[in-house]
Amino acid sequence: MFNRWILTTTTAAVLAFSPLLAHAETPAQGGEIVVTYKDDITTLDPHIGYDWVNWSMIKSLFSRLMDYEPGTANLVPSLAESFEVAPDGLTYTFKLRKGVKFTNGREIVAGDVKYSIERAINPKTQGPGAGFFGAIKGFDDLTGGKSELLSGIETPDDQTVVFHLSRPDATFLHVMAINFASVVPKEAVEAAAGDFGKKPVGSGSLVLKDWTIGQKLVFERNPDYFVKDVPHVDKVTIEVGQEPLVALLRLQKGEVDIAGDGIPPAKFLEIKNSPEGAAMIVDGEQLHTGYITLNTKVKPFDDVKVRQAVNMAINKERITRLLNGRATAANQILPPLMPGYDKTFTGYAYDVEKAKALLAEAGHPDGFETVLYSTNTDPQPRIAQAIQQDLAAIGIKAEVRALAQGNVIAAGGTEGEAPMIWSGGMGWIADFPDPSNFYGPILGCSGAVAGGWNWPWYCNEAIDKRAGEADAMSDPAKAAERQAAWSKIFTDVMADAPWVPVINERRVVAKSLRMGGPDNIYIDPTRVINYDAIFVKP
Amino acid sequence: MRVLKELCRQPAAVFGLVIVLAVVFAAIAAPWLAPYEPDNQMFDGLTLEGAPIPPGEQFMLGTDTLGRDLLSRLLYGARTSLIIGLVANGIAVTIGLFVGVTAGYMRGWVGGLLMRFTDLMMAFPALLLAIVLAAILKPSLWIVAMVIALVNWVQVARIVYTETRGLVERDFIMAERALGAGNARIVLLHILPHLVPTAIVWGTLGIATTVLLEATLSFLGIGVQPPQPSWGNIIFESQSYFQAAPWLVFFPGAVILLTALAFNLVGDALRDILDPTQRGRG
Amino acid sequence: MAMLLAKRLVQSCLILLGVAAITFILLYALPADPARMLAGRSATAQTVENIRRELGLDQPLLTQFLHYLGNLVQGDLGRSYAQKTEVATLIMARLPATLTLMAAGIFVEVLFGLTFGIVAALNRGGAIDRIVMASAFVGVSAPQFVVALLLLYVFAATLGWFPMSGYGTLAHVVLPAMTLGILGAGWYARMARSAMIDVLNQDFIRTARAKGLSGRRVVLRHALPNAILPIVAMIGIDIGQFMGGVVVVEAVYGWPGIGQLAWQAIQQVDIPIIMGVTLTSAFAIIVGNLVADLIAPMIDPRIRSH
Repeated sequence: MFNRWILTTTTAAVLAFSPLLAHAETPAQGGEIVVTYKDDITTLDPHIGYDWVNWSMIKSLFSRLMDYEPGTANLVPSLAESFEVAPDGLTYTFKLRKGVKFTNGREIVAGDVKYSIERAINPKTQGPGAGFFGAIKGFDDLTGGKSELLSGIETPDDQTVVFHLSRPDATFLHVMAINFASVVPKEAVEAAAGDFGKKPVGSGSLVLKDWTIGQKLVFERNPDYFVKDVPHVDKVTIEVGQEPLVALLRLQKGEVDIAGDGIPPAKFLEIKNSPEGAAMIVDGEQLHTGYITLNTKVKPFDDVKVRQAVNMAINKERITRLLNGRATAANQILPPLMPGYDKTFTGYAYDVEKAKALLAEAGHPDGFETVLYSTNTDPQPRIAQAIQQDLAAIGIKAEVRALAQGNVIAAGGTEGEAPMIWSGGMGWIADFPDPSNFYGPILGCSGAVAGGWNWPWYCNEAIDKRAGEADAMSDPAKAAERQAAWSKIFTDVMADAPWVPVINERRVVAKSLRMGGPDNIYIDPTRVINYDAIFVKP
Repeated sequence: MRVLKELCRQPAAVFGLVIVLAVVFAAIAAPWLAPYEPDNQMFDGLTLEGAPIPPGEQFMLGTDTLGRDLLSRLLYGARTSLIIGLVANGIAVTIGLFVGVTAGYMRGWVGGLLMRFTDLMMAFPALLLAIVLAAILKPSLWIVAMVIALVNWVQVARIVYTETRGLVERDFIMAERALGAGNARIVLLHILPHLVPTAIVWGTLGIATTVLLEATLSFLGIGVQPPQPSWGNIIFESQSYFQAAPWLVFFPGAVILLTALAFNLVGDALRDILDPTQRGRG
Repeated sequence: MAMLLAKRLVQSCLILLGVAAITFILLYALPADPARMLAGRSATAQTVENIRRELGLDQPLLTQFLHYLGNLVQGDLGRSYAQKTEVATLIMARLPATLTLMAAGIFVEVLFGLTFGIVAALNRGGAIDRIVMASAFVGVSAPQFVVALLLLYVFAATLGWFPMSGYGTLAHVVLPAMTLGILGAGWYARMARSAMIDVLNQDFIRTARAKGLSGRRVVLRHALPNAILPIVAMIGIDIGQFMGGVVVVEAVYGWPGIGQLAWQAIQQVDIPIIMGVTLTSAFAIIVGNLVADLIAPMIDPRIRSH
């Protein structure tokens, strides 16, 4: 859905645009802040929530074995005190931090970790994150309903959790840091009787105090949180149902501290150009690529020349101008901040004449007619129209179909249905900062199935094999080699041109002048807003 | 002709008529009137920062967020509004007439069933129904017209039903029946002609409702597909620019208001002329 | 009377059933798969299949519908796909906001409609009459979303008289209620005017006047009650209109009612919520129509238009 999609933004790996420019301020303790969003919070159940709004809140309500340093993509142990990886990469042993308590007062033990991961995978939970845990032994039995337990997790004592994998997974530690790996107390889940998402109990830095449906949520600081002086704020009030524009006007009046949905384009220019505006805008890069999929199973896009011609026909600079410069032109699949991004790769340059020539060579000197799908929330239909005009310049007549997200997703996953899809509003933003996350479901053969997310229906067996090999290199010593392998995979995919990488969109958040801290905790690579780290200036 | 003469006696109706004619003229003559192609995203139609250009010498009403000429889009948008207004409302009145007359004339279970169905449709929240329908059927100009028609026929059916029931009780119909006239003959020759004023009045008033509903659907992003201009989707695409570029909401908002107003004025005057018993509201 | 009421109640239940059936079929015709929307793009085919099974979406349509009806009879509207909470809870939590907004909107339209209608009727044919009636026409022709944006920018953003958005105090309700009420106020002003004119022309009023009763007394004691009834009946019929307006108004003003709930649910293909809100609205409309029908016989047949 809508949120789910953008939500992946959540997962957003956003790297601060200029983290070093901000002075290293000492965070002040105390203060109450107000954050606004348009849509109501769907759920705070960490095993279900998967949109970019609840992602940040779940991060701070719960804790996980692993986490990231605030504002970066560097993995650190969190609920785990330490961990060990066996040389074959198939066994991970975590030692839990002692004395950490859920906010209901009970101490966390190894069994809670096991229960939580099993709950995330169990089909009855209806959670979207089960697939991330596919490498753990016994996964198939649990998802297939043959077992309620996961044979690959052992708890030799209350402080130790051992994971047995069925195949090496270089991303496993990242998986232990995503929201779906949050630890929850079984008794609270059962007491909530199916309503855990509205009555969450965790061990994170914040506690949910009050939730008035459709209006606001009140979070307070968890005085017993295991990291000293975290969080810095005493109280976070989330007000929902607020149009971004309205939220921004209230922010300028000082009624709101963070406008969670970002800044509407028009206001962006106005605020950017106002004297105190610069201090209100947090403008950061995120791990996002906006692209057009070219369906390799639909004529004439089955011809690589046609796909390459389309790659050369799109005026990406103009599209960034439509977004008021809040994006940069992309030439490859990975965004610049993702490990594996190839700085030397140039991709297909914008060249209308060459595109026409290539199209003629492919047997379409007069172009052809096709359909371009897009979601129907602003600015996506506008970008689709810009693409439409660029295509018209080389003779391709594309009809724009701007539909609700669900319909576009359904069309993309139906064989032979959608020749071209503009991914805006659904663009792939990584769940965690690892290049593999940009391949499997959206470009790998396994995703090119009915209901899948590989919308170009692209399947290159040779590349699929190389991807599998790269993912098995879980030895930290081989990290550089693995990164190089992924880098090559993505540039080789571009030779087949199943996508037109169009832009890398930056995330823009507005915060009031009293909010302190570097930009990269407001556009945190793994949390979006890092409630643990933000603070009110004294 | 009599009707037209009487219309011209009412200043409000004349005002409405003038606007209606202006909109029709704009729709027909759009290619000659429009200074630019409505879909042309011009390079100089945006500032270097990507903001739309305010009204001025080059672009009389300014440009939109894609650098297209707003005046040209408004002129072509008149086509969209009128086509939807005429088609959607035409279908709605036709369905309404058919259901209303059938239900009103045929007693028994057919009539009962039809009226119960009408009641059922009355109970649907119209906008919600339109939104769901628009999500199911991939939106295009004609689909939007159909969705609106499917939502709007109900009111017409109710009124036609009431009138038909009234007619059926009247002496001349009873007499025809007694003389052995067939149902088709009675309906075609005696009932339908009496419903013409109602059809004309609703055919006009309904256009106002239709224009507003189309604008609302497009404003919600589920109306006419881009790049086809519609007054509603112009506002949808510019909503976030309201403060910085108020012309993008003001001009289309004003033409929607004027058009709806014009059809309401003309329709209301027609009602007074054709059927003085039906004052107030349907 | 009791018989009639009982018959209408049974009819109403049948209509509600029909609304449920049609909505159900429409929603299942949506070319989008809720299970896949829920599962997100990292999900495996197995995960999607599991979710579909857990939601009961793998059952035949008829089975699903009967199941839904079975729960509905017990007052259970099902659970939201995305929010994993009882739909009834979500709707009940938001209903007060929507009802407040509707009540305020009705207040605005009746107040303005009656006042302007009576003023116009008393000045029939004069300049005031013309101005009022012209404004009424503009009111009924104004697109609600434009009115909403306009009021928001003039009275909240620029003048700062009212809060931009939110809920809770009287000040918050003013602009949304105005937006919602303006449309109806136009209609009611016209109705009130013609009803008043009809009443003022009737014998008993003339008699009252002839007896030397003051103008104000005649209007308040005799004419007004007769002018109010058709409006009350009209409100009942207008509930459907209102429900539509609520979606737009709530969206622009951030009003935490069921309109926003529905809009969010439509984006998310959250079928149980869409069903729940549709049925709630249909219920409100049916009750409104029932009230209108009960009032209808009390209205002087000479005033009734049809």
